[in-house]
Amino acid sequence: MQDYFEIKPKSGLFDIDLKGLWRYRDLYVMYIKRDIVTVYKQTILGPLWYVIQPVLTTIMYMFVFGGLAGISTDEVPQPLFYLAGITLWNYFSAAFTACNNVFAANAGVFGKVYFPRLVVPLSAITSNLIKMLIQMLLFIAVYVVYAFMGTNVGVQWQIVLTPLYIFLIAFHALSWGLILSSLTTKYRDLTFLITFGLQLFMYATPVIYPLSTAPANYQAILQLNPLTPVFEAFKYSCFGCGIFDWGGLLYSTIFMLVTLFISIVVFNRVEKNFMDTV
Amino acid sequence: MSNIAIEFNNVGKQYRLGRVGTGTLSHDLNRWWQTTILRREDPYLKIGETNDRTKKGDSDYVWALRDISFQVEQGDVVGIIGKNGAGKSTLLKLLSHITSPSTGTIRYKGRIASLLEVGTGFHPELTGRENIYMNGSIMGMTKAEITRKLDEIVDFAGVERYLDTPVKRYSSGMTVRLGFAVAAFLEPEILVVDEVLAVGDAEFQKKAIGKMQDVANGQGRTILFVSHNMAAVRSMCKSGIVLKDGMVNYMGTAGSCAEYYVNNNSMGELCSFTQYSKPGKVDVAKEVVFLSVGIENNQTKFNSDDEIPFHIELWANNTVKNCRINTTIFGMDDVPIGGVSSTSTFEVKAGEYIKVRYSLNNHNIVPGTYYASFSVGIGDYTVGQRDFQVVSKSVVFEITRVGSGVEVVQWQKCWGNIMIPYTQEIISRVS
Repeated sequence: MQDYFEIKPKSGLFDIDLKGLWRYRDLYVMYIKRDIVTVYKQTILGPLWYVIQPVLTTIMYMFVFGGLAGISTDEVPQPLFYLAGITLWNYFSAAFTACNNVFAANAGVFGKVYFPRLVVPLSAITSNLIKMLIQMLLFIAVYVVYAFMGTNVGVQWQIVLTPLYIFLIAFHALSWGLILSSLTTKYRDLTFLITFGLQLFMYATPVIYPLSTAPANYQAILQLNPLTPVFEAFKYSCFGCGIFDWGGLLYSTIFMLVTLFISIVVFNRVEKNFMDTV
Repeated sequence: MSNIAIEFNNVGKQYRLGRVGTGTLSHDLNRWWQTTILRREDPYLKIGETNDRTKKGDSDYVWALRDISFQVEQGDVVGIIGKNGAGKSTLLKLLSHITSPSTGTIRYKGRIASLLEVGTGFHPELTGRENIYMNGSIMGMTKAEITRKLDEIVDFAGVERYLDTPVKRYSSGMTVRLGFAVAAFLEPEILVVDEVLAVGDAEFQKKAIGKMQDVANGQGRTILFVSHNMAAVRSMCKSGIVLKDGMVNYMGTAGSCAEYYVNNNSMGELCSFTQYSKPGKVDVAKEVVFLSVGIENNQTKFNSDDEIPFHIELWANNTVKNCRINTTIFGMDDVPIGGVSSTSTFEVKAGEYIKVRYSLNNHNIVPGTYYASFSVGIGDYTVGQRDFQVVSKSVVFEITRVGSGVEVVQWQKCWGNIMIPYTQEIISRVS
């Protein structure tokens, strides 16, 4: 009987099919490829759009937040400051949205074929990572131009931790996205709340302002946001302004690991029956 | 036990009807309270009743499948038949992991591939080649495996010329071909197939059924096949399961299952009379219409050598000189058995009500249940014809014996439905 598989009404909480996930690694690659290739098919500018979007957003922010609202950028040139924030935030927001929509967007496929569903969100954070890296190149280019033009950009050694920052953002997006997607399959109201909440959340994260400009009592609240230390650390590494806090990064990492664990357990549970409710 | 590929053990699946999504929070909380805190049985699993979709039930919960237990041996090809809503697709969904059962366990041996749809995951913007890889990997093939079989797949689908064209430019038939071609080259131990063969043109259907037969016969795979096409079930499957209202109704060889289903589920009762319209309430756009069709004396059981007398009532809106009545006899699986293209014409005058006795003689139809469809019109097979009205399944009758006192012990379906009259004489004998 050793080679029999069983399908039961309820399985253990931690029955996570890692072996199956590994067996479907080619599918993971295919999903990434599909995401990248299909987005800008039949467009003239093609992948250039990956770069145009953050440029336009930066100009917009320079006008609204830098110009009209007059929010400080800690003496960092505005384009650089906004571009740094936008690049990271766009990644978080795109990866989160993709993970959050996993069930809704793939209901057709999920209803017909079984494969470890976790393949899809994992490939989503990866394909968005590739898009983000393209945008990161733009940021680096602008950065280098400023440096040559004589601006003291103030790079710090912590810049080597950038992969860690990106990794943290990716898995925060994944775990929050998965937890919420598991709830949205059943209670659709959440979709509205989430779109709205994501916009608000951007303002609760130091994307377009340095943490130091916030009033002291608000700073403590903002630091509860596990993304705050990551964004601050990235800006500190690039510009030498803001707060680099090992404790904050540790907090963010632990927060991420806990939510990731919960999210995978929840997701694993929901994927078994979500077709009945979606 | 080692020969068993799939085993269902008291499997049930419960669904909630109506507005899923809202109002379930209270049920969810109640369920959680009862099961997790109080350690009782799930309160909602007790409710629920037989899943008869035509009747309104008392509870919002129904059992799409209930107490399903059966075993499938390795290498068996099982046809699953049943009416719409009998639970066939739910059964396949449970087996292919798409949703999990509410009660019971399913055990199986080996890899399962489910073909509930062809071309799952096809992206319109990707080319045929890219989609082969996409679809193949969704079905569980590795990239290397697909590359190895790519030529065969393309050849089977017959789309070589369009291989590097986005699938959105394909005709729908080509998309289906490509999808099935990928699935055809899967190599699972257990293949689960829903009615995907219903799509595609006749040539392709033949090819697809042929491929499935190869897989079943030559390679010793276990196949579960859902279909409404009794001919396909008979020719492909070794054994069968008939589902009714979420429960196993009958199990046996494929042939006996098809027979059972056809006799018990199609139209059911014999019927000796159908009223179509009443004088004065007829469709005036037609020259001549049926008022009713029936069998003399409401008889529904006949022998193969009996005359079958129909009584047909017609109403004429216009005068027609060469009116005639045709009939076709069908088996309960909708296969036509034989028919009459009548050359005996009669005249009807406008506003006339006519009663016709129309009888079949020497038909030699073998025992079984049949229905008759009729048409009224002009012309016949020698000159071409035009129908004023066609009525289908007017009467359902049964042929019980070959002749009085003669029982048929064995007459296989594959011998046909007509016992052809013959003569035999020995011309010479040499010894």
